[in-house]
Amino acid sequence: MAGILIDKVAKSFGATSVLREVSLAIADGEFLTLLGPSGCGKSTLLRILAGLDVQTSGSLSIGDRVVDGVRPKSRDVAMVFQSYALYPHMTVAANMALPLRMRRLSSLQRLPMAGKFLPGTKAVTERIDEDVRRTAEALGIGHLLDRKPGQLSGGQRQRVAVGRAMVRQPAVFLMDEPLSNLDAKLRVQMRAEIKELHKRLGVTFVYVTHDQSEAMTMSDRVAVMLDGELLQVAPPQEIYADPTDRRVAEFIGSPKISILDGIVEETGIAMTAGTVFSIPKGIELGSQIGIGIRPEAFVLAEKHGPNTLTGSIKLVEHMGSDLFVHLDVLGSGAPIIARLLAERAQHIGEGQTLHLGVRPDRLLLFAADGMRIRPSSPTPDITANANVLPLKERVL
Amino acid sequence: MSTSEPRGLTVPAAITRHTVLLITGALILIPFVWMVSLSIKPPGEIFRASFSFWPQQFYGIENYTRALTEAPLPQYMLNGIIVCGSIVILQVIVCAPAAYALAKLDFPGKNLLFAMVLIALILPHEVLSLPLFILGYQIGILNTYGALIFPYIVSPFGIFLFRQFFKTIPDDVVHAARLDGLSELGIVWKIMVPMALPAIIAFGIFSVVGHWNSLFWPLIAVRDQNLMPPPLGIMAFKNEEAGNDYGPLMAASTIVVAPLIIAFLSAQKWFVEGLTGGAVK
Repeated sequence: MAGILIDKVAKSFGATSVLREVSLAIADGEFLTLLGPSGCGKSTLLRILAGLDVQTSGSLSIGDRVVDGVRPKSRDVAMVFQSYALYPHMTVAANMALPLRMRRLSSLQRLPMAGKFLPGTKAVTERIDEDVRRTAEALGIGHLLDRKPGQLSGGQRQRVAVGRAMVRQPAVFLMDEPLSNLDAKLRVQMRAEIKELHKRLGVTFVYVTHDQSEAMTMSDRVAVMLDGELLQVAPPQEIYADPTDRRVAEFIGSPKISILDGIVEETGIAMTAGTVFSIPKGIELGSQIGIGIRPEAFVLAEKHGPNTLTGSIKLVEHMGSDLFVHLDVLGSGAPIIARLLAERAQHIGEGQTLHLGVRPDRLLLFAADGMRIRPSSPTPDITANANVLPLKERVL
Repeated sequence: MSTSEPRGLTVPAAITRHTVLLITGALILIPFVWMVSLSIKPPGEIFRASFSFWPQQFYGIENYTRALTEAPLPQYMLNGIIVCGSIVILQVIVCAPAAYALAKLDFPGKNLLFAMVLIALILPHEVLSLPLFILGYQIGILNTYGALIFPYIVSPFGIFLFRQFFKTIPDDVVHAARLDGLSELGIVWKIMVPMALPAIIAFGIFSVVGHWNSLFWPLIAVRDQNLMPPPLGIMAFKNEEAGNDYGPLMAASTIVVAPLIIAFLSAQKWFVEGLTGGAVK
């Protein structure tokens, strides 16, 4: 049982800096996901936590203990690797028993032949076998103990890798993209199993992934990393609904958020892509802002007006219950992606002109440097804007 | 045929290829066949102009008995086993950790060290004979088993081959082993060596064949007949005999070569896998 404190940890290889003074506190028993595109430093941070890499500066504590310079085996952490990293020449049982043998048996007792005859070896070995069997049963791989990893399927190997980490009962579980080698169906199933495992064990999990659906479904909190920096650490819903940074908003959400570049024309009004949007007051006139709109924030509108984007439909993707519309809007750069309920959008076809409205309180505004602009006093601004603009009613 | 089997050869091409292979194979095999043939012939038949594999008079028992009794051939064979066995075991003990360090650890001077291994790889061993002889004299191990073993303990070829194979083992396996609590040497012996077993067996065959057949260095390093490895023993055997007594000599040669051939044939699968394994995997 242990929380983790990461204090200004930085890592650089020569001149390239991989981690830039990352600080993060992970609570005891928390499921925290480090999420980011490949190369953002999340795996490096995990390896530093495990002690497999050494940070250039900064300090790490696990539990109440500062672990800088402590060897991996003494940190009370276990890790599950993306490639599983099982030992191919050992049986499943031997794979899972190894961490216990290394800890519970003395180096003399581990000797290939003679070790068996030393006092105590037999009792300890029996207890190890018992622990391995119990863990294997819990993971549903009890019948595979005599097989070698090469004879197992991907999902079974995955379970053995988890079992090898679990059998030691570590205070912290580290997982480095453990599901990315599995097929889509198995991934969803293992996602639920890992979540279940976390609940059952109640220990701290640090999970690294580039897959936002894994991060969103499993975590207590998500830490979004980009270019070696920690951009935002928050529960999944908050990361999605209330991103603090333009890059977080762009990374989270599928389909991707549409961000239009706009200019603040007058107090409370921004101009972009052939239309005007109501924005909170208090943003400096003439400044460049990014106007972010999540796909589901769009609703069908009858005609063009304020808070409404008009364009021609480039592509319609039917997803069953709803559909994704890619709309070419003059001056928007990339196509706008909207998610509409299928039953309300039956008449929609490619090449048509479409009007999409957005409620002003669903806009996510970002300053030129990428930071989120939050209204200082949210509600009055929006209602005031609505009053200023007479066309507002027709938009929705 | 070529339409149904796109990878098959046309008939002329197949004939050409097989002819070339047969001729090459025959060139390599004929001396061996001849050796075995001579070893079962009486002295009178050996120098006959006409050649036949089977002797008119089977003289094998006499030749092999003389080979085994007149010179201490069993002693030579035992020396060969002791020397080659010690060399191969010590080579693996020295080369595997060195190769692991070069393949998986980061330390200053690593590339320089590896370059030195490569340089050692191109140096013929004979070049070092004189310094090694003087060194052997200084530490007083000339004319012992030690003199036959020590120059070969560090094998640049072994380090190179193991390093290449260890490089193909994913880093994550090493990381997992560290987290599981293995020391660096523990990783070498419990993880890397078992995983690289084909390469190690291939190397073992190379090493045993090379040192079993080696003549040059034993000729320099030992005088005592009781220490001589098989090829040197055969030479001693030939000197003792009248020179034209080729039957027993060929019988002795056959006995000396046989263990190698048996060992190679039984380990052939590993041998091929070990030499190509690093490239494919």
